[in-house]
Amino acid sequence: MTLPLDHYRTEYARARAGRPRGEGEALARTRDEALGRFLDRGFPTTRQEEWRFTSVAPIAEQAFALARPPAGAGPADVDRLRFHVVCAAELVFVDGHYVPALSTRGALRGSARAGSLAAAVSGHAPNIDPHLARVARDGSAFVALNTAFFADGAYIDVPCGTALEHPIHVLFVSTGQGGDTPVVSHPRVLAVLGDNSQASIVETYAGPDSARYFTNVVTEIVLGEHAVLDHYKVQRESTAAYHVGSIHLRAARSATCSSHSVSLGGAIVRNDVVAVLGGEGGECTLNGLYLADGQRLVDNHTTIDHAMPHCGSREMYRGILADRARGVFNGKIIVRPDAQKTDAKQTNRALLLSEDAQINTKPELEIFANDVKCTHGAAVGQLDEDAVFYLRSRGFGLTDARRMLIHAFLGDVLHRMPLAVIRTSVEHVLERQLARALGAAA
Amino acid sequence: MSTPTETVEQLASRDYKYGFYTDIEHEMAPRGLSEEIVRLISAKKQEPEWLLEWRLHAYRTWLTMKEPTWGNVTYGPIDYQNIIYYAAPKKRPVLQSLDEVDPEIRRTFEKLGIPLDEQKLFSGVAVDAVFDSVSVATTFKEKLAELGIIFCSFSEAVRQHPELVRKYLGTVVPYSDNFFATLNSAVFSDGSFAYIPKGVRCPMELSTYFRINARETGQFERTLIVAEEGSYVSYLEGCTAPMRDENQLHAAVVELVALDNATIKYSTVQNWYPGDKDGKGGIYNFVTKRGKCAGVNSKITWTQVETGSAITWKYPGCILQGDNSIGEFYSVATTNNRQQADTGTKMIHLGKNTKSTIVSKGISAGHGQNTYRGLVRIAKGAVGAHNYSQCDSLLIGDKCGAHTFPYLEIRNSTARVEHEASTSKIGEDQIFYSRQRGLSTEDAVNMIVSGFCKDVFRQLPMEFAVEAQKLLSISLEGSVG
Repeated sequence: MTLPLDHYRTEYARARAGRPRGEGEALARTRDEALGRFLDRGFPTTRQEEWRFTSVAPIAEQAFALARPPAGAGPADVDRLRFHVVCAAELVFVDGHYVPALSTRGALRGSARAGSLAAAVSGHAPNIDPHLARVARDGSAFVALNTAFFADGAYIDVPCGTALEHPIHVLFVSTGQGGDTPVVSHPRVLAVLGDNSQASIVETYAGPDSARYFTNVVTEIVLGEHAVLDHYKVQRESTAAYHVGSIHLRAARSATCSSHSVSLGGAIVRNDVVAVLGGEGGECTLNGLYLADGQRLVDNHTTIDHAMPHCGSREMYRGILADRARGVFNGKIIVRPDAQKTDAKQTNRALLLSEDAQINTKPELEIFANDVKCTHGAAVGQLDEDAVFYLRSRGFGLTDARRMLIHAFLGDVLHRMPLAVIRTSVEHVLERQLARALGAAA
Repeated sequence: MSTPTETVEQLASRDYKYGFYTDIEHEMAPRGLSEEIVRLISAKKQEPEWLLEWRLHAYRTWLTMKEPTWGNVTYGPIDYQNIIYYAAPKKRPVLQSLDEVDPEIRRTFEKLGIPLDEQKLFSGVAVDAVFDSVSVATTFKEKLAELGIIFCSFSEAVRQHPELVRKYLGTVVPYSDNFFATLNSAVFSDGSFAYIPKGVRCPMELSTYFRINARETGQFERTLIVAEEGSYVSYLEGCTAPMRDENQLHAAVVELVALDNATIKYSTVQNWYPGDKDGKGGIYNFVTKRGKCAGVNSKITWTQVETGSAITWKYPGCILQGDNSIGEFYSVATTNNRQQADTGTKMIHLGKNTKSTIVSKGISAGHGQNTYRGLVRIAKGAVGAHNYSQCDSLLIGDKCGAHTFPYLEIRNSTARVEHEASTSKIGEDQIFYSRQRGLSTEDAVNMIVSGFCKDVFRQLPMEFAVEAQKLLSISLEGSVG
């Protein structure tokens, strides 16, 4: 049974009363519209093409309580999630609320900003009106839900001509504590890079093991002309948590953006990436890797929209599915009429480690221009027996041999991530998870 | 000097060659669909009670179904009550031999290049000709009968071999399968039936030629091919229709059953009237084709060359049930002017060590929209399944579109599934290179296109390969630039 959407109506009324005064009329209207859109559509069902293989019934049937601001100093284990290298800023959010005491913003250069989105909204920061809730306007019901409910999030503004040497790390930690009912947080990220600017942004999502909660996040990114962005999303939620996130990215002329997604946790995970190349000469790279075991479900949907000529895109996804895990990959490449000289390439591969693992994959091409080069490739299989044999004949145990090969398989994506600190920290987590997954498979 | 574009455009405006209409008397059912019409069709064909019941079940199921809208095609609403569901050339007293076929009809088929006279048949192709809704003649019947092969019209099979028809009808495409297949199950008029007994290798190509002639009719034929253990058959299908302003509906069903070690090769050259260059008229080709590899080591190959129809909507599929069975799909689909095609295949792997190969070549020109939609499903018990898919699109002109929607659903970790797709255009440099070597632009395009389609044409029987190549060059002429 689907929970009556009334729960969200009453929660909204309550959240609305508690909103800070500074939010302004325009945003209030946007939120009202978004709620209307959400109530209209309801949660997606598997009858909808975009959600065919991903049932969000467990999310729809649960009445989540909105997460409250943390009472004390926040969870103690934030430190293990920090990067421990120089960051331009490290923003920490607990249950979707900004915690200044845990955050550092020391190394931000010039007039670049990184801080609380709520503060930016009340302070009428210049980028709010033109971009907030506009880049992700046509998202799913979950995007509408986030727009209606988000309390806070990260606001990043890199002005024209500014290049940040160090990454900005945005850390969303869930406590999973909310009394009897599981909690939901709706973090929001808005990043605006001016012309000729450059930045690296990392979003990390984490929570305590086996806690049940729901994170519904929306990231909006706007790139000016010739801007260069290196974006990462590292999802390490609890294995019982639900994570639905979408990244909406709009790039102007000759902008270069890459977005890397790493999905390691979560019981039901849905990642949407929508990149619109809205100016000539844009370049876009979307890479991702995911690993799921147990009964978990990981769904990656990506869309690269070549709206203008002379743009290029590269996409590579790798996934490992063990136990009874299910994986979904849907990669869409759209080439609009007149987007000539488009060069798009997509590959996605998945490894099934057990009899009961499943993968549903659908690489889509929609092409309306003729002078284009578009290819996609998809492959599903298990580890190459010859390769395993080779390694075993050289003295490796079966588990070691398999782990090595899987490592190499994921390495394709991992080694394309320019930020070393991500590579090492992801590798560390992967190692642990693989040991667990392989242990179960053996 | 005329540019390559102009040359090709002139060629493209060439008329549809098969657009003539034969003036013969038709016996027609009243317009519209109701239980009475279903009963009427069944009565006309003197069908047994069980078949009428089957049709009525289908009709009642159809009433509860909705027309599918998920296809990547657009067309106006179809008024199912404005279609004539049964049209047959007026019956003469029982035909004693082929010579008694209405000379008008024979002339039509001659125009189409299918002489019914057996003497003229050097090519060794046994033809079953379906004119509107009724099969008019089957050639080479005696010779096939010597081997125990049954090749006749569907109605005849119902009369003479009811036990076979009853055993296999609807086992691959059940009457409740989908909107159009269900409609077909209720009103199907005729079609071909072939039965290859155990261990027999059919010595000649079997062939059906479909022709829609009468106005405002729909054609709903049903083909059933059963290959017994260890047999082999190659079956060809061709289609044409006259030019008309209004759209005509063609909703056929084809069922193939391959038992242990049997092989069925099914080839289609579809050249229904595609409509004029502004998209007026043309055939709506909404077809359900499915084969079941029921036995071990069985094999079904679909080869299709789709050049006609205003809208093509078909997914010939294989259910790979027997262990070690093989499914293959080779397709060339072209869309020019305002044609739309949403076509592909479904490979359902159930048995162990099943293999499937998909090679799809889509060519879009003019305002054509070409979609490949395919499904590869590896069921949980399908150990060691292997699929290879390749779908390539060629775009000619900047107003057309090419779309790819492959679904890969894998439930078994031992599966090996590979999918590749690419989209490209005919390069200026390729044409320049060919012209530099003395070829005309037209020849260069033909050469490049036939190179692009070679993997598929290779699968066609000889005579068809030649015809397909010709058709392709006609349907694409004038689209390069």
